[in-house]
Amino acid sequence: MRASLKRSLVGAALTLAVFSSAVPLVQASADQQFFPLATYRVGAYASSGVQVWAGMLDYLNYINEVEGGINGVKLVWQECETEWTAEKGIECYERFKKGLDGAPVAIYSPNGAPAAYALSERAEVDKIPLITLGYGRTEATDGTVFPYNFPVMLTFYSEASSLINYIAQREGGFDKLKGKKIATVYHDSAYGRETLGPLKLLAEKYGFENIQIPVADPGNEQSAQWRQIRQVNPDWVFLRTWGVSTPVAVKTAARFGFPVDHIVGDIWASSSEDVLPAGAAAKGYLALTPYPAGADFEIHKRLKQYILDKGKSDLKDLKNFGSVYYNSGLVNAAVMVEAIRTAQGKFGKRPLNGEEGRWGLEHLNIDDARLKDMGYFGLMQNLKLSCKDHEGGGSARVQQWDGANWTLISDWIAADRALLRPLIDEKSAAFAKEKGLTPRTCTGDE
Amino acid sequence: MSISLARETAPSVLIQRRVPFGLLALLLIAFVVVPLTGNDYWLNAILIPFLVLSLAGLGLNLLTGYTGQTSVGAAGFMAVGAFATYGFLLRLPELGLPVALLGGGLISAVVGFVFGLPSSRIKGFYLMVTTLAAQFFLEWLFVKFPWFYNYGSSGTISAPKLALFGHDLNTPLGRYLLTLTTVLLLTWVAVNLVKSQIGRNWMAIRDMDTAAAVIGIPVVRYKHLAFAVSSFYLGIAGALWAFAYLGTASASSFDINRSFQILFIIIIGGMGSIAGNFVGAAFISLLPILLSHAGQALFGGSVDAGQLQNLQKIIFGVLIILFLIKEPEGLIRLLGNLRERLSHWPLRF
Amino acid sequence: MTFFFETLLGGLLAGTMYSLVAIGFVLIYKASGVFNFAQGAMLLFAALTFVSLHDQGVPFALALLLTVVVMIVGALLIERLVLRPLVNRSQITLFMATLGLSFIIEGLAQGLMGSQVRALDLGIDDVPVFIGGMMVSQFDLIAAAAAIVLVTVLALLFNKTRIGVSLRAVADDTTAALSIGINLNRIWLIVWAVAGIVGLVAGLLWGARQGVQFSLSLVVLKALPVLIIGGFTSIGGAIVGGLIVGAAENLAEVYIGPLIGGGITPWFAYVLALAFLYIRPAGLFGERAIERV
Repeated sequence: MRASLKRSLVGAALTLAVFSSAVPLVQASADQQFFPLATYRVGAYASSGVQVWAGMLDYLNYINEVEGGINGVKLVWQECETEWTAEKGIECYERFKKGLDGAPVAIYSPNGAPAAYALSERAEVDKIPLITLGYGRTEATDGTVFPYNFPVMLTFYSEASSLINYIAQREGGFDKLKGKKIATVYHDSAYGRETLGPLKLLAEKYGFENIQIPVADPGNEQSAQWRQIRQVNPDWVFLRTWGVSTPVAVKTAARFGFPVDHIVGDIWASSSEDVLPAGAAAKGYLALTPYPAGADFEIHKRLKQYILDKGKSDLKDLKNFGSVYYNSGLVNAAVMVEAIRTAQGKFGKRPLNGEEGRWGLEHLNIDDARLKDMGYFGLMQNLKLSCKDHEGGGSARVQQWDGANWTLISDWIAADRALLRPLIDEKSAAFAKEKGLTPRTCTGDE
Repeated sequence: MSISLARETAPSVLIQRRVPFGLLALLLIAFVVVPLTGNDYWLNAILIPFLVLSLAGLGLNLLTGYTGQTSVGAAGFMAVGAFATYGFLLRLPELGLPVALLGGGLISAVVGFVFGLPSSRIKGFYLMVTTLAAQFFLEWLFVKFPWFYNYGSSGTISAPKLALFGHDLNTPLGRYLLTLTTVLLLTWVAVNLVKSQIGRNWMAIRDMDTAAAVIGIPVVRYKHLAFAVSSFYLGIAGALWAFAYLGTASASSFDINRSFQILFIIIIGGMGSIAGNFVGAAFISLLPILLSHAGQALFGGSVDAGQLQNLQKIIFGVLIILFLIKEPEGLIRLLGNLRERLSHWPLRF
Repeated sequence: MTFFFETLLGGLLAGTMYSLVAIGFVLIYKASGVFNFAQGAMLLFAALTFVSLHDQGVPFALALLLTVVVMIVGALLIERLVLRPLVNRSQITLFMATLGLSFIIEGLAQGLMGSQVRALDLGIDDVPVFIGGMMVSQFDLIAAAAAIVLVTVLALLFNKTRIGVSLRAVADDTTAALSIGINLNRIWLIVWAVAGIVGLVAGLLWGARQGVQFSLSLVVLKALPVLIIGGFTSIGGAIVGGLIVGAAENLAEVYIGPLIGGGITPWFAYVLALAFLYIRPAGLFGERAIERV
C-alpha cells in the first residue's frame, strides 16, 4: 500500500514535470534584449557565486527601472543553474542561445571556467560572443583568431605583470627589482599554471629570482610548501590559489612566520570568503583586483536608493553589498550593457543579436567621463577593446584586508601588455595552426 | 499387436524467428527520425552526452559488472583516450579520425592493462583503491606535462579537425552521427564478446574466482584482459566526450566525480547487462534536467534556485539507495519485469 | 638536517589529522563491515551544525552537546532507513549505498545551513612553537593530543565496557553474535553514533584549520590510503597509517616533488598504499580475511 502510493506519487510528479516543463518561466517578447544567466547556487563555489548573480541582477534591474532599459530597450533575463560544471553549462547555453520568445541574445557570460572552455568553440560557430572576465583563454586576447571569445578587462598574464609593477612601486623602482626574490605559490591546475610563462619572461627582463611552488588540489595542507618558503626567504609571495587553498595558505604562512603583508593574492584570492576563515592571521594581506570591494562608489549609492532600499535586491544577506564578488557582478553586467549600448549606436535602438553584440564589444570604449556617468569611476578601469585586442584593460588595483574590511591602497596599476603580447600571439598562432584557421584581418569596422 | 519400433521422423518444431522489432524501431528513430527532427538543443545537450555516457558505462560494466573488479578510475582512462586521440589528430593528421580514435583506445587499453596488473594479487575493495590511484595519477599527469595539451595556456585540448572522408563533422548532426555509429559498433562488439567464451570466463571470475581457477580458467590473464578491453571502451568514450560533446576538454573534465557518475550509471542501469548501460545513462543524464524543469515549473520563483539544487542532490542520493535496496540488478531488471507484466496483461500473476 | 627533521615532524603531526578521519571509518567497518564513504559528509554536517549553532550565540559547550545529539539522531535514521534494508548484501553494495548517503547528507547540509564559508575559532592559536630549534605548529600538537585522547577513550570503550565487547563480537562473527542474543541493530546504532561524534571532533579540528566549507567532505579521499596501510579494522592501525601517510607525503613533496614537477600529493599516498598492498594486503594491523568459496 505504502509502496504503491509512493510509486504513484513519483509517477504523477514526473508526468507533471514533463508536461509542465513546456511552460517557460519568464515571459519575454521580441522587443526586449535577453540575458541568459548561467548561475551556480550550489556546490563548492556557491557562496561566492550567489553574490555575483546578485550584483548582476541588481544592475540589470537598475537599468530597467531607473534608466528605462538601454536606450528604451528593456532587458529580460532567465537564470539557469550550472553547478559550475561543463555539462550543465553547455545545456544552459544550448537551451537559451536562440533567445527567449523572440528576445535575442547579444552577449553570453558562461560564468565558470569549465563551461567557458567547452563553449569557446561553439560560440565561434553560433556567433555569440562570450565574455570571460578575469578567466578563460588568455590566447583569446587575439581577436583575429578568436572573434567571439572576450577575456575582457584582465587576463592572468596582465595580472602577473600588474603584480610585478606594483612590487616595483613598493620597492622604489624597477631597477630595485634586480636580485630580489619573488615566490609564487600556485594552485597546481591550469588556472595556477597560467602565470608560469609571463613570470618567467618578466624575471628575465627585470632580473628578479622567480621561484614557483605548486600546491596540489585542494590544498588543505601546505606545511611542506611554506617550509620551503621559509628556507628560500623571498621578499614577496604571489598567491595564485583559490578556494580553500587560500585561507590555508595565509594561515600556514603566519605559522611559518612569513609576513602576511608581503603576500599579494591573485584576483581569485581577493574576497572576504578567502580571508575570513584564516581569522587574525590574514590581517594585512594584500590582493590584486579589477573590481575592488567597497560600497561607497557612486553606483552603490544609486543602487541603494533605487534597488536596495526598495527591497528589490537579489541579495539575501545585505552585508554582502559591496563585497568583491558582488562588485564583480556589477562590473560584468556593466560591460555587457555598455557593449550593447555601443552597438546600438551603429545598429539602431533595438534588441541586438550575437554578431551585433560582437561589434559592440570590439568597439567598446569606456573612458573616465563615461565611467563617471555610469557611477563606476574607481570601481572599473578604462576599457578600450578592438578587433585585435579583446582584453582592452589590463589594470588592477591593490586592496588590503584589515580583519574586517578591504581598503584600497593603490590606484590602477597597468600591466606591461606590450611585453606580454608576443607570448599571447605565439599561442594564438599555434591554436590557429592546429585548427587550420585563417586569422581574420582587422580593418576597423567589421 | 506389435509395437512399432520403426524410426519415426522427429516431430517438426516450429522455429520461431523473432524479428527484433523493438531494436529495429529504435535504430530507425536514431538514424532517421532524430536527424530529421532534432534541433541543436536536443542533439548537443541531451543525445550526444547520453550516447557517450552509455559507452563509458559499457566499458566500466565489462570490468565491474561482468568481471567483478570494482573500479573507480573510469574517468582517468577516459582522459587517456581523449589526450591520446588528441595527440594522434594533432601530430599525425594524415591518419584520419577513425584511426586516431582507435589509436586513442589502444593506448588507453595499454594504460588500463598496466594499472590492472595489481589485480593478480589484490582483489575486491583494495583493488578499488588502486583504481583510485590510477585516477589521481592520470589526472595529475595531464595537468603537469604541457606536451599533452600542446603547450596551450589553459591546459585544454580540442579536436583539430573532425572530418571523415572529407565531410566536416563539426556540426551537431555530424557529431551526433559520429557518436551514434561508434557507440553502435562498439556495443555490437561488446554483445558478441559477452556471449562468447571470454564473457563466460569473466562472469565465472566474478561469481566465484577460486572455483573458476579450479576448473582451469586462467583467472589472472582474463582479469588483465578485462582491464584492457574496459579501458579501450573508456578511452574511446573519453575521446568522444571531449571532442564530440564538450568540444574543448581538460584533465578536470575527467575528475573523480565523473568516475562516480559512471559507476552510478552501471549501478542504476544494471551491472552485468549491456542494455542496462543505456537505461542508466538516460537516467543519469536526463534526471537532473527533468528535475530542474520540474522544479522551475512546480515551484517557480517561490523556492530559491539554490535550495532546488540541494533538493535535487538529496533526491539523487535517495534514488541510489532505493535502487540498491529494491532492485540491485538495476533499472534494466525493473524494465524487464515490466515487460513481462505487460506480456501477461491484463492477467496478473 | 634540522630541515629534514622538521619536515618529518610536521608530516607526522599532519598525519594525525588524517588519522582522526580514518578512525571514524575503522569504527564502522569493524562493527558492520561497511566502508562508510559518507564519513566525510558526516564530518561536514557535524562541523556545520556546530558552527551554525555557535554563530547564533549558543555557548560552546551547549552547541557541542546539541551537535552530538544531532549526530545520534542521524545515526538512528541511517541505521533504520539504510542499513537495515541492506543487511547481508555485498560489501560493494553497501559502499555504493554510503555513496548515495553522502549525497543526501551534503545536500541537507548545504540546504539547511547554507553554503557560506565559516570561520571556526576553537581558541587555539596557530602560532609556531620551537622545540629544539625546530618549528612546530601549536595547533598540530593540540590536534595530536586530541587524537591520543580519542584513541584512549575508544580503546577503553572497546576493551573495558560490555558494549565494547559486544562490538568486537559483532565484528568478529555477526551470525555468532546474533545467536548469543546481541542486539545487532542497537550495536550498529551505537557504532554509527560514535563514528558521528568522532567525525565531529575531526570536523572541528579540520574546520578550525581551513574554515568550514564544502571541501571538508573531501578529506575522505585522503583517509583511504591511511586505511589501506593501517588496516581497515584497527584503530591503532589508523593512527600508524596516518602517521606514515602524513610523513611520507610531506617528505616526498619536498624531496621527490621538485624532480617531477611538484604537486604530487594527490596520488603519492595512493601509490604508497599500493606498495603496502603488495607486501601486506591486509594492512599493517588488519586482520587477514579468510576466503570462502
